[in-house]
Amino acid sequence: MKRLWKILLILTLVLAASIVAASMLGAERVSLLSMDESQRSILFDIRLPRILLGACVGASLALAGAGLQALLRNPLAEPYLLGVSNGAALGTMLAFVLFEGTEFARPLLALGGAGLATFAVYQMARSRAGMNVERLVLSGVIVTTFLSSIIVMLTTILDAARLRSFTFWLLGDLSQATLTGVYISLAGVLIAVVLLVSQARALNLMMIGERDAADFGVETSRVRLIVFGAASLVVAAAVAASGSVGYVGLIVPHLLRLAVGSDNRIVIPASALAGAAFVVLADTVARVAIAPRELPVGAITALIGAPLFIYLLRKN
Amino acid sequence: MIEAKNISVSYDDRAVLDTISFALERGEIIALLGPNGAGKTTLIKALNGTIGLKKGEVLLGSLSAEQREIHAMSRREIAGLIAVVAQENETKFPVSVLEYVLAGRFVNGGAFGWESENDFETAKRALKDCDLNGYEERLMNNLSGGERQRVVLARAMATNARILLLDEPTANLDLAHQAMMFRLVRERCRGCESAAIVITHDLNLAAEFADKIILLKDGKIAAFGIPAEVLTAEKISDVFGVDVLLDENPASRKVRITAVY
Repeated sequence: MKRLWKILLILTLVLAASIVAASMLGAERVSLLSMDESQRSILFDIRLPRILLGACVGASLALAGAGLQALLRNPLAEPYLLGVSNGAALGTMLAFVLFEGTEFARPLLALGGAGLATFAVYQMARSRAGMNVERLVLSGVIVTTFLSSIIVMLTTILDAARLRSFTFWLLGDLSQATLTGVYISLAGVLIAVVLLVSQARALNLMMIGERDAADFGVETSRVRLIVFGAASLVVAAAVAASGSVGYVGLIVPHLLRLAVGSDNRIVIPASALAGAAFVVLADTVARVAIAPRELPVGAITALIGAPLFIYLLRKN
Repeated sequence: MIEAKNISVSYDDRAVLDTISFALERGEIIALLGPNGAGKTTLIKALNGTIGLKKGEVLLGSLSAEQREIHAMSRREIAGLIAVVAQENETKFPVSVLEYVLAGRFVNGGAFGWESENDFETAKRALKDCDLNGYEERLMNNLSGGERQRVVLARAMATNARILLLDEPTANLDLAHQAMMFRLVRERCRGCESAAIVITHDLNLAAEFADKIILLKDGKIAAFGIPAEVLTAEKISDVFGVDVLLDENPASRKVRITAVY
């Protein structure tokens, strides 16, 4: 318990430092102590919403990853790889096409898409013998590619100007950040933290084995419903705001488990903070690497995440 | 403490358990014997309500409360009464021995669940009883099969449950730890009015430690009673298809079984 607060305090400081650094760095350097009018506008109107949205998206994806990994007893479970992100992306896209992408239609349809994709992968991956790594990853790939093909078909409906911004968004892009987007994502993160932390000890048992967990008093179907629900919720909010930023949910919980152990009561809240800091830093790199032009943040996270995924797969 | 009334279980359309009835009384150890595929593990799952019954009911009672049908109870209530030692499955996460054993204290914790001092003490005592002193921080994945098996036993010992269901608890254990395992179960059954059902393939261990024996064959009870009645050459040959010689263990005066190959 004491250890939890110590870890959370350290990670909060890391997150705060990342946010300060990200505020100062960019195509235009901003000194926080002496700003002129235009710099003030850059910081508060453009940069800060983007940084805060990045923090929420990172927290969302890392939370979803940590929760799904414990639930599915698989360190490779990740919203992007399981097709949950693509489900949310398809939902967001439908909202674009049908409702002109109003700020509230997007997350709602994204939630529907994420929920359906989660359900589909879960049903495909389980068999009488239980669930193994290969089956789960394969089901995720199938659902992801299936949804991708629908997304590609839908993009042919879009006109050229919207198509470019949409392609960027699909790769994971924070440049369209608005404060409303930040509020919606933050609400999702807060709800998911409470839901997942309330199930953290049960997840410790689920992580050992689902039948074991039931033997020792865990209502496994209820835990499954809550974790899938919370993961779909945060992934939907994150994707609706920023597209599919991949691998955050894989990298962050994995590194945390190496550092602090597997106790989900620590890993889950710590993932939220560490994931936030990670995406804020990755997006800063995306902004400054080839300034004044920008990279999508998803490209940076995938560049780090894909090799780690291969490494984990081989180790398993 | 636990009573099976005409329970039947099917996987798809294949009957795995067929109208099984028996009762486990306070202080008793029942050994569950039978060939592979006889339905032993399924019976254990049926008794703690983790699989559905096609017919019949399982009644569960504690000292204070009256008996209740198991499917009307929550997992938490059942786990308060029954602890299971199942065949251990590997985890891909780095879980320490102490964390593993503390999982046995789950039903004693609150909603946001941090263990109390009492939980830690109970877990450490269970580790000590299972000859695992100094193993607290070791990782489960780095232990040998026999060590892991003892940790799984320690987790069951760390609960307050009065009914123990053990699925081949001695499978990976050396001679000394097999005896330790049965001694622990015996003490617990005598000391705090508990009872246990143990699946084993070792007929001699069953004869030595069990109060009663169930012989299971093709999902049916072929024989149920005290060891001297159940462990006869005729019944063993009928259930296992092996001829045996019976005599008396010179030390314990219990029946001793020797297979004839």
